[in-house]
Amino acid sequence: MKRSRLRNAGFLVVSISAAAAAIALLVLAPWWLLLALVAVLALWMLSTRIGRQAWSVTEVGLATIPQRIGASSVIVVGIAGVVAVLVALLAMASGFELALRQGGTDDTAIVMRAGSQTEINSVLDHDSATLVTQEPQVLRDAAGVPVASPELVLVASLPKKSTGQDANVEIRGVGERAWSLRPNVTIINGRKFGPGLREMIVGKGAREQFAGLDLGSTLKLNGQTWTVVGEFDAQDAHNSELWADNDVVAETYRRGSGTAAVTVRLTGADAFDAFKAAIASDPRLKVDAKTTRAYYTDQSAGLSKLIRILGITIATIMAIGAVFGALNTMYAAVATRSREIATLRAIGFRALPVIVSVMLETMLLALLGGLLGAAVTWVLFNHYTVSTLGANFTQVVFAFQVSGAVLSTGIKWALAIGLIGGLFPALRAARLQVTAGLREV
Amino acid sequence: MKYLQLVWSAMFRRKTRTIFTLLSVLAAFLLFGLLDSVRSAFAGAANSVAGVDRLVTVSKISFTLSLPKSLLPRIQELPGVATVTYANWFGGVYQDPKNFFPNEAVADNFFDLYPEWQLSAAERTAFHNTRTGAIVGESLAKKFHWKIGDKIPLQATIFPQKSGANDWTLDLVGMFRVTDPKQKSRESVLYFNWDYFDEARAFGNGNVGWYVTRVADRNQAQQVADAVDALSANSDHETKTQTEQAFNAAFVSQYGDIGLIVGAIMAAVFFTLILLTGNTMAQAVRERIPELAVLKTIGFSNPSVLGLVLAESVLLILLGGTIGLLLAGVVVDAVRAAVGEAVPMSRVGASIWLRGLGLMLLIGLIVGALPARRGMRLRIVDALAGR
Repeated sequence: MKRSRLRNAGFLVVSISAAAAAIALLVLAPWWLLLALVAVLALWMLSTRIGRQAWSVTEVGLATIPQRIGASSVIVVGIAGVVAVLVALLAMASGFELALRQGGTDDTAIVMRAGSQTEINSVLDHDSATLVTQEPQVLRDAAGVPVASPELVLVASLPKKSTGQDANVEIRGVGERAWSLRPNVTIINGRKFGPGLREMIVGKGAREQFAGLDLGSTLKLNGQTWTVVGEFDAQDAHNSELWADNDVVAETYRRGSGTAAVTVRLTGADAFDAFKAAIASDPRLKVDAKTTRAYYTDQSAGLSKLIRILGITIATIMAIGAVFGALNTMYAAVATRSREIATLRAIGFRALPVIVSVMLETMLLALLGGLLGAAVTWVLFNHYTVSTLGANFTQVVFAFQVSGAVLSTGIKWALAIGLIGGLFPALRAARLQVTAGLREV
Repeated sequence: MKYLQLVWSAMFRRKTRTIFTLLSVLAAFLLFGLLDSVRSAFAGAANSVAGVDRLVTVSKISFTLSLPKSLLPRIQELPGVATVTYANWFGGVYQDPKNFFPNEAVADNFFDLYPEWQLSAAERTAFHNTRTGAIVGESLAKKFHWKIGDKIPLQATIFPQKSGANDWTLDLVGMFRVTDPKQKSRESVLYFNWDYFDEARAFGNGNVGWYVTRVADRNQAQQVADAVDALSANSDHETKTQTEQAFNAAFVSQYGDIGLIVGAIMAAVFFTLILLTGNTMAQAVRERIPELAVLKTIGFSNPSVLGLVLAESVLLILLGGTIGLLLAGVVVDAVRAAVGEAVPMSRVGASIWLRGLGLMLLIGLIVGALPARRGMRLRIVDALAGR
């Protein structure tokens, strides 16, 4: 008795570590490896005697699922829930990251006052703003003018459509070269603002999230009336902003000739180091330069990391719950089939086909659950647009990105849950006493 | 109560299954405890009763724009105003941008308006007398192991000094404590002297970020707010005045609808849980049909059989749920100890427990309903015959 308990404990330790290793492999493994494993399994089932036995036992198991549909749906729905929550949160993180990352490139640089981390904190005097555009690394257009835009970022409160409450929207005053600086910005409705006029164009995301930004509507900023004359799509974080002529914005907000930051197009991505060195060595300048890609990546890093950690923590706790649900279901399935399994063993089937069949059945149910959860999230949340408070204390509009990578992470989690949920019941089925099993009713 | 023994042994009839189910319930309520703690931290910041007699006045266009200091005497003169103070966001960075905490320059009388910030008179005097003095919340001091007398170097992100330098060095002269758990996050703020800030900064001198007004009678708050806004109506620096409570609520809501996200996750979790435990209970009752028939034979009435099964499912959920919530309490306390009390997680207190226990009862009843009805309706003859 004592020896068998010791053996049981040893057996448990071995199987738990095997399960842990298998999960690590499953979650980390690339898809081609998983597909290769599936192919090997299929080949084994087709070509060897013991493999064919495994397949026929699995077939019987699968055929009896309709008889215990309630119990089996626990696995499917439980895992679908885990995968749906995981995929939704990961999609949120990657959507936020994508919105900000696309705002930056390696061959444009943003220059702000030394020490400032965001444009809203930065102030540059007119001389510094002009000096940095004179560096040789800054690209000049056909007319010999540097492709640079002195910009001013300010915040206004507007009511949000969803809540009716005021939220902060970013107003960006841009220079006349802003269009050649950001060729990805296209006007999708109306026209550009006229230079020197109190006209503005609104980003696609801002128009969706805030009330009163439709074409032709007017809004009051600092006592002056502005007209919305166009809508633009920049396919990045600028979509959350309102754009207007820098000089007019500065005048409205009494900012004089100062700007917040200057964005310049460099002659190439490799020119950035030289550009940074040049402005650092100029004693007249007290400024920092970053590539716009680095600037936007820094802004998104904190929040998207937080959402990812939260998503994985929540999904892990849910997964633990789902594993126990799956274990319950599969132990019950093995128990109801114990007579059948004992019969198979008695007529000469080995233990392996039994193990494989129980595992395979659980994994298939898990896969179904994973696909269901991923599909639900995809239908509900793909491109679902939300906004949150960004680094400039303003709303950043972004869409959930239910990408292939996110979906495949979800499916891998589902398979991992199925693996543990199936392994222990499978081992119990294999260790079933044949004589005792035959007596079961 | 006298049937507790019976319910208990029925529940553990199949040990493994019950333990697995308990663990699933535990996981669900652990998650509930953690998420509800985050949700109530955000809701607490928005709905706290503190600050209903304080008004916050910011620029109407955006709270990032400053207001002229000339408004101060004019607000003070308004009827119904008890005290006025002002402050400005500094946005300094300590060592690394990752160490973010709010830091503000505040006027000398700032702490008069915040009696719930517990600060000794000696520390108040020291703050008054030290030009570069700073007062921090206890949680923040604990996080960075600061003690009174330490020098705290801050790197300016917005306001350089007149010399152009970004370094501001402050002297820690006091620490304040907040006892209200809902306001605990305020303990992560650093305050320093307005006079030092305004004299030394390179630009913006003479402007303030926002005014805080304490009204004499909180029922007059709206009238006073309107009167403050009327002072600057149609000027180029129009203001927007709200109670501090409303201001905080509006700010928190800008992060997004935390309640909705938490609600959606919880719905997914509990839907799964109901299905899972419902299945367990159905199995348990199915197995025990002959036993239930025996109970009925020896005289248990239909309602008492119903009650027994319902009691079993409620007990199952209560047991797992209670352990889960206890665990959530331990985890929240551990996180708060590790990260500092400013983390947006409120302690798993009475209100979370109350909601949790309510949910446990509800889910227990939902899950037990069908199996219990089956137990109640079964006919002794059929059940004993195994039909």
